Order: sequence, then structure tokens, then C-alpha cells
Amino acid sequence: MSDPGHENLPDSPPPAGPPAETTGAEPAGGHPHWFDDEAGPVVRPYAMTRGRTRHAAQHRLDLIALVVAEPAADDPVWDLTLSPEHAHILELCRERPQSVAELAAELDLAIGVVRVLIGDLVDDALVHVNRPVPPAELPDESILREVIDGLRAL
Amino acid sequence: MAFGRSSRTGAMHAVSPVEPLTLKILVAGGFGAGKTTLVSAVSEIRPLRTEETLSEPGAGVDDTGGVEGKSTTTVAMDFGRITLREDLVLYLFGTPGQDRFWFLWDELSQGSLGAVVLADTRRLADCFAAVDYFERRGLPFLVAVNCFDGAERHPVVTIREALDLDPEVPVLLCDARDRESVKDVLVGVVEHAMSLARARRAGLTAGA
Repeated sequence: MSDPGHENLPDSPPPAGPPAETTGAEPAGGHPHWFDDEAGPVVRPYAMTRGRTRHAAQHRLDLIALVVAEPAADDPVWDLTLSPEHAHILELCRERPQSVAELAAELDLAIGVVRVLIGDLVDDALVHVNRPVPPAELPDESILREVIDGLRAL
Repeated sequence: MAFGRSSRTGAMHAVSPVEPLTLKILVAGGFGAGKTTLVSAVSEIRPLRTEETLSEPGAGVDDTGGVEGKSTTTVAMDFGRITLREDLVLYLFGTPGQDRFWFLWDELSQGSLGAVVLADTRRLADCFAAVDYFERRGLPFLVAVNCFDGAERHPVVTIREALDLDPEVPVLLCDARDRESVKDVLVGVVEHAMSLARARRAGLTAGA
């Protein structure tokens, strides 16, 4: 691969993305970035979302929205092909449905980041999200009664 | 099924997990009022901490010299979980204490059953802001006075006056470390939410 005439540069690790050297097919002066201008200044926690701060599928997932693994998520291939963070989310959700807040705490990631990662898994049809009771709408009185009974029985 | 080749699939879904209904109650109050203690007293998990990364809203408040447009302040929120039944799970969220993180409260209060305002009689003024917030949003809340050891016991009526509460807002004395006491507080919030909802429905019917 590498040009035998060149010494390896000792202090620069190989770039994670596409090689910096242009191959001629790329526009002069620039090489593709893993984030685009839309991303604005890069904020480190969002590096693992490739600069994305929102996701088309997320619809601002509530903190207590439950993420449920789909049957397809059982395939062990996902542990090998997904990013470690995506795989971790999937692993937790396979055990039992997890709220967005629990996933963020478990992965020790900002909620905004976790929302984007969950959105990716929704796109891949590996999980679905159960939305809680719609805001501005109190649940049925029967449910409130069940909550009271449940609390008393603790 | 495209991915149905795994033999684990069948076994896993024979005991298909139920997808519970999730509900939340907020726990607000000043710094050191005992919010995390209250959550710990009833939560089945050690209170977990989530962080939200702030972007634009923090700008102009935080000194972000050199980082235009976005700042990376994080706000922590503690929360706990109570599985009431296999299909009914209640989450408790401690709200971030600092006033300038209130935009997060909007998200937290969306869809929540109600709120506990935890008051420390030594610093009653610390919970004014929370009372004000929930009043404005019309979110059902009650005031739970955390009776710290050694703190002077004020009669409920004095606290009610000091906080200038509407007469229907319940005020309870509690011990945030005590599970039974915290259960009573949470039951109080849900009962209050229920009676407000009932009154609202009655009002709508009467108005129509």
C-alpha cells in the first residue's frame, strides 16, 4: 500500500478517515471530512455521532421513552458490525426494554448523543421506541389509581 | 424474517418481555434539600446520573471565549426507578438545581404526572423558584418539607404562608431518608394530580 520510498512519519498516526493524500479524483485543496458544515464547530461528545446532534427518527425522544430490541437484534452479527456504543445499547435493550435516561446513564454519554445513536438503531430496524403517555395529557384515572396502589404496596 | 436464522431468537421471544408503560414524577428543590436522598429512599436502583450537553442555551451565560456558538457545559440529573408492576414503571427525576438550567425543566416536566417540591425550612427561599415554575405551568405539585434533624419544626400553616401557596396545594412533612415517608409523598402527588384532573374535567363540562 504505502510508497516504499517514503519513511513512515513517526509522530502522526494514520488518519482514521480516508487518506489525506488526494488521489486526483478529489477536489483540489480539500479532502472529505467526517462532518459537514452543518455540524458547526465540533463538540467532542458528538464525535461518536459523526457530528450529528439530531436524528430524523428521534422526534426528541423523551427521557422515559422505552427502547425495545427487535427480534432481528438477536443476531450475534450485530455485536461485530456495529460501533461499540451501538452494540452496547443493543445489548442492554436485549436484556429488557430500557428508557433513554437509563441508556445515557449506563453508557455515560450525554442524552443528546444517546438520542442520535438510538435513532441509528431505529433506522436499522434493530430497536423500536415506545413513547410514553403524550405530554399535556394525564393518563387515565385508572392508571393513576394503579400507581397509587403500587406505591402503597412497595 | 430476514434475520431469523439465529436459534436464540425463538427462545428469547418465548418469554417476550412486556413493554411497560412509563411515567415520571419530578423532584425539585434547592441545592442540598435532599432530592437525591429522597430518590434513593424508594428507587430500586442506585440513583443514576445522566448528563445533558448544553449547546446554544448556555452561551452568553457561560464564558465560552474561543468557542463560538457552542459551549459544552453539562448538567447532571439524578433519577431513580420504581417498578410498580411488570407493566408499569415510575421514574423519579431530580431536577437540576441551578436556575439557569430551567430550560431542561421544560423537557422534564413534559408528560410528567406531577412534582414534589422538597423544602428545607432553613432555606425556604431556595424553593420559591420551583413553586413559581410549577404554578405557571399548571403542573400538579405538592410541597414536602424535609424535616432535617435539628431543624426547627415549623407548623405547616407557617410554611404555606411563607411560600404563598394556593390553598389546594398540599403541604406534607417528610423525612427524605425514610422509605415509608417518601412513599406517602409520592402517593400525595398522584392523588393531587388526580383531583386536579377531575376538577379540570368538571370545569370543562360546566363551561360547555
